[in-house]
Amino acid sequence: MDNTVVSTGTEGKTWGGGNKPLKASYGKMMMWFFIVSDALTFSGFLAAYGFSRFKFIDSWPIADEVFTHVPFFHGNYPMIYVAFMTFVLIMSSVTMVLAVDAGHQMKKAKVTFYMFLTIIGGLIFVGSQAWEWGTFIKGDYGAVQTKGGNILQFVDTDGHRVALRDFAVIDEHKERVQDERKSGLWFTSEGTLPTYTVAEVLNGLEANENVLVRTQIINEEGEKTVLSRAESLRQIKDNGMLVVEGANLHVNEYGSPLFADFFFFITGFHGFHVFSGVVINIIIFFNVIIGTYERRKSYEMVEKVGLYWHFVDLVWVFVFTFFYLV
Amino acid sequence: MADHAHKLEILRGLIKFKSNTQKIWGVLILLTIVTAVEVILGIYKPESLMASFLGMKILNWIFIILTIVKAYYITWDFMHMRDETKSLRRVVVWTAVFLICYLIFILLLEGGYVFDVYKEGFVKTDF
Repeated sequence: MDNTVVSTGTEGKTWGGGNKPLKASYGKMMMWFFIVSDALTFSGFLAAYGFSRFKFIDSWPIADEVFTHVPFFHGNYPMIYVAFMTFVLIMSSVTMVLAVDAGHQMKKAKVTFYMFLTIIGGLIFVGSQAWEWGTFIKGDYGAVQTKGGNILQFVDTDGHRVALRDFAVIDEHKERVQDERKSGLWFTSEGTLPTYTVAEVLNGLEANENVLVRTQIINEEGEKTVLSRAESLRQIKDNGMLVVEGANLHVNEYGSPLFADFFFFITGFHGFHVFSGVVINIIIFFNVIIGTYERRKSYEMVEKVGLYWHFVDLVWVFVFTFFYLV
Repeated sequence: MADHAHKLEILRGLIKFKSNTQKIWGVLILLTIVTAVEVILGIYKPESLMASFLGMKILNWIFIILTIVKAYYITWDFMHMRDETKSLRRVVVWTAVFLICYLIFILLLEGGYVFDVYKEGFVKTDF
């Protein structure tokens, strides 16, 4: 360090530099201030989510019914996978803090090991999030969107969800095909068509006596309202506009499109933070290996990235609560 | 923190740890228990906690309080806020807490108001 920092001869004087206000080094304090501003960005997103949710408080999707999948397992397991992701992130926070602790004791091998574990934890988390996005985008049961933009889902008489593929009557002679650039005008095309048309869903609904329509309105028991058989048929016949499978930024089979928008935006922004955290961790990991901090005689850099990494964990704790629990 | 002095007490001195490493594992256990409680409550949703209290279900209040508890331990023990000076703590925490509370207050109030307008203000949203 001595040959890189020019001595000014004013050390020890108040304005001479080298002071540590609040007894924190410059880098660490700036990391804290960055964290405060980033925390405000995230709370802006989460508060906007709260705003939209309060705006549609009587028809917002119920998270338990949306996130029910676990990789490699079939069936209905609400919350389990997100809880696992939360645990992975907390665990990687623990290995990070152990790396910082080992750094204080100048134990290079231990710092390397714990940094490595932290990176693995971060990768598992980002991978899980990618999987969850994939599942969310692909969808499961399918739904019908009305002219007014509301989502109608299907249940059987016991209240269990029914997928479109289980009851829609496929019309062998349907003429509607996807418009591709090669088939019509070269400058026009459209996205993938839904597997079924509204007419096929309606035929299926008419043929299956035990299928009912479920609207998004939450009743007094905190559950989505199920319509009577006659009302179900009427809704699909009069108002059904579009078959929706999965979710994107325009439509969302789970309910309000805003829910999907915020899901992509908030978990995406958080996932981006985790990703950049992993990249920074990898850089620091290699710096540890080549002995940069050993020569500097201080592992403070590990502590600074540690602060960032814990912050990512901290944000996830809030995202977990407001997206999946409340 | 060049002197490596860690404060090793959590829960106002109820639990004292012998070393920093031990404290880290202790805090992990605490956070895991809190998360487990949240998940179990989230899956079973006990009927008794569904009553409304100050505009929200009691269950949701429990979730939010437990989240703040988790945030406290992550910041205080993992990010070593416990070992920083009081003034640094206040600069970071009070600024964020004040601004976030204000933001939440105005946005949620406005959201509730828009809901009321949609519901009772003779505005048709479903055509």
